[in-house]
Amino acid sequence: MITVDSLTKRYGAFTAVDDVSFTAEGGRVTGFLGPNGAGKSTTMRVMVGLTPPTSGTARVSGRLFSDLPNPGLEVGVLLDASAQHAGRTGREILNIAARTMGLPRLRVEEMLDRVSLTEKEADRRVRNYSLGMRQRLGIAHALLGDPTVLILDEPANGLDPAGIRWMRDLLRSYADQGGTVLLSSHLLHEIEVIADDIVVIGNGKIVAQGTKNDLLAAAGTVVRSAAPSTLAHALELAGIASTLGPDGAVRTQADAARVGEVALAAGVALTELRPADGAGLEEMFLELTSETQREGAAA
Amino acid sequence: MSTVTANSMDAVREKKSPTVDQRIPTSRVVAVELRKMFDTRSGFWLMMSVAITATLATGAVILWAPDSELTYDTFAAAIGFPMSVILPMVAILSVTSEWTQRSGLSTFTLVPHRGRVIGAKAVGAVLVGVGSMVVAMAIGALGNIVGTAITGTPTIWDDSFLHLSEIVLANVLGMLIGFMLGVVIRNSAGAIVGYFVFTLVLPTLSGLLAANASWWHDAQAWVDFNFAQGGLFDGEMASRDWAHLATATMIWLVIPLAVGLRLMLRSEVK
Ligand SMILES: Nc1ncnc2c1ncn2[C@@H]1O[C@H](COP(=O)(O)OP(=O)(O)OP(=O)(O)O)[C@@H](O)[C@H]1O
Ligand SMILES: [Mg+2]
Repeated sequence: MITVDSLTKRYGAFTAVDDVSFTAEGGRVTGFLGPNGAGKSTTMRVMVGLTPPTSGTARVSGRLFSDLPNPGLEVGVLLDASAQHAGRTGREILNIAARTMGLPRLRVEEMLDRVSLTEKEADRRVRNYSLGMRQRLGIAHALLGDPTVLILDEPANGLDPAGIRWMRDLLRSYADQGGTVLLSSHLLHEIEVIADDIVVIGNGKIVAQGTKNDLLAAAGTVVRSAAPSTLAHALELAGIASTLGPDGAVRTQADAARVGEVALAAGVALTELRPADGAGLEEMFLELTSETQREGAAA
Repeated sequence: MSTVTANSMDAVREKKSPTVDQRIPTSRVVAVELRKMFDTRSGFWLMMSVAITATLATGAVILWAPDSELTYDTFAAAIGFPMSVILPMVAILSVTSEWTQRSGLSTFTLVPHRGRVIGAKAVGAVLVGVGSMVVAMAIGALGNIVGTAITGTPTIWDDSFLHLSEIVLANVLGMLIGFMLGVVIRNSAGAIVGYFVFTLVLPTLSGLLAANASWWHDAQAWVDFNFAQGGLFDGEMASRDWAHLATATMIWLVIPLAVGLRLMLRSEVK
């Protein structure tokens, strides 16, 4: 379990992380979602003791990271796959980590195998690794100590579609075995397909958090008809707030059954009526971060 | 399904529990940091160059030194020069590569106590320094035997064990100056330039100043590190010279290292 409590990090006058609190539970995949520069990486660096916080704490399994006697055996960390000595071979990087943790050498071969790095690739220097190979090495590094908590910053970066699928399955099975998985992304789709819980951050502040299902339900209903403005008007008369999108879709927080009743009473023929699922979450993500996002004005 | 697998995770945890709660022993941190000095291509060749340059310097003495000067002291002096350049580079890179190569992200998350890691690096650097000097001096000794056998002159051992120890100490101190610059500057190129400024530019300036300003002439022995270190190479260390060396080391090594460490502990690794 990871517990972040009122975490704030300031750089001079700029607040990169602003009073952030959330929990990533064991047995669940928690997605940490936010646009570029939102403060995801900074929060994760504070969690593992690389960046001192201005105030607040982050605890892993109830302890400060620096109080873990042998952190590699409890927490798998991947913050930046390119942050390795370019002159070392992939195998040597894992060897060093395994020796630090006190693990047998065999474990390194196991992990290389697990992330599908071949013997030859493992003996190549990291300088000559492709982005995806670095990412695989980084994941092997994080999994090496068989930790119960994983902290991964944009782990899908640079992986091919098969690699992304593989990683998704891997994280799923980790969580199913009781492990805690926290992964960040600025891509909604990535988080949506894998996470059980979602924490959305924008401009250093948490703007939404909850289970994926709750956040999806909160996204309401999408309804289309040949006469969208008549429909929107009927909803308004029924006391249901709605928005009419440029694509002609009407979105509302009310559930589909209620919207259907109103449409029937108003005599409006519907062409589509459904809960706002993935697309709705995307809408939510854009909306929640619209003031905090770079393209805020346009969105 | 999930209860069964949750149990298996508990089983894993239990199986590991003896090590999970055990602090990583310091000896292991030192062993790992020592290994990291050799396991890159640059690190490997830096270490190889200790043996290579010692051999080249020994060969040069045999070829070009006049027969009358073919004594162990000549060999030791010839070998000492490349050592005083190579060893500090080893110390500098062992610290700065964590930042310049960004490997510190893993190093400092696996051992989340920067002081321990830096301490282990310092111990590793001293071990490498002493080890390299022993190897280099052995190569010099071999050169002395072979060289005098070739010329047919008597084999002269004109350096006492004490003086050889002083030379080793001088080199280790030079190495630690490099280490200090690495901790303070935390950038490979910057620290290397800093080291050459410290060993090549500062002594010249200090010498010029001493020739022109009497106040500096009086203070130089106490304050000029290179000047104080020179006594170790010359092998005539009186107790006053030790006092000079101690003060200069305090000013140029201990204090900046302490300040650099404090700043490093509070800095961000990214
Ligand atoms: N040392 C620093 N000095 C000043 N500002 C900083 C510093 N480090 C980070 N920041 C700022 O903090 C903010 C958060 O950065 P962070 O790397 O955490 O974003 P992120 O959410 O990981 O974004 P991305 O999705 O692009 O990776 C950014 O605006 C960044 O410029
Ligand atoms: Mg980031």
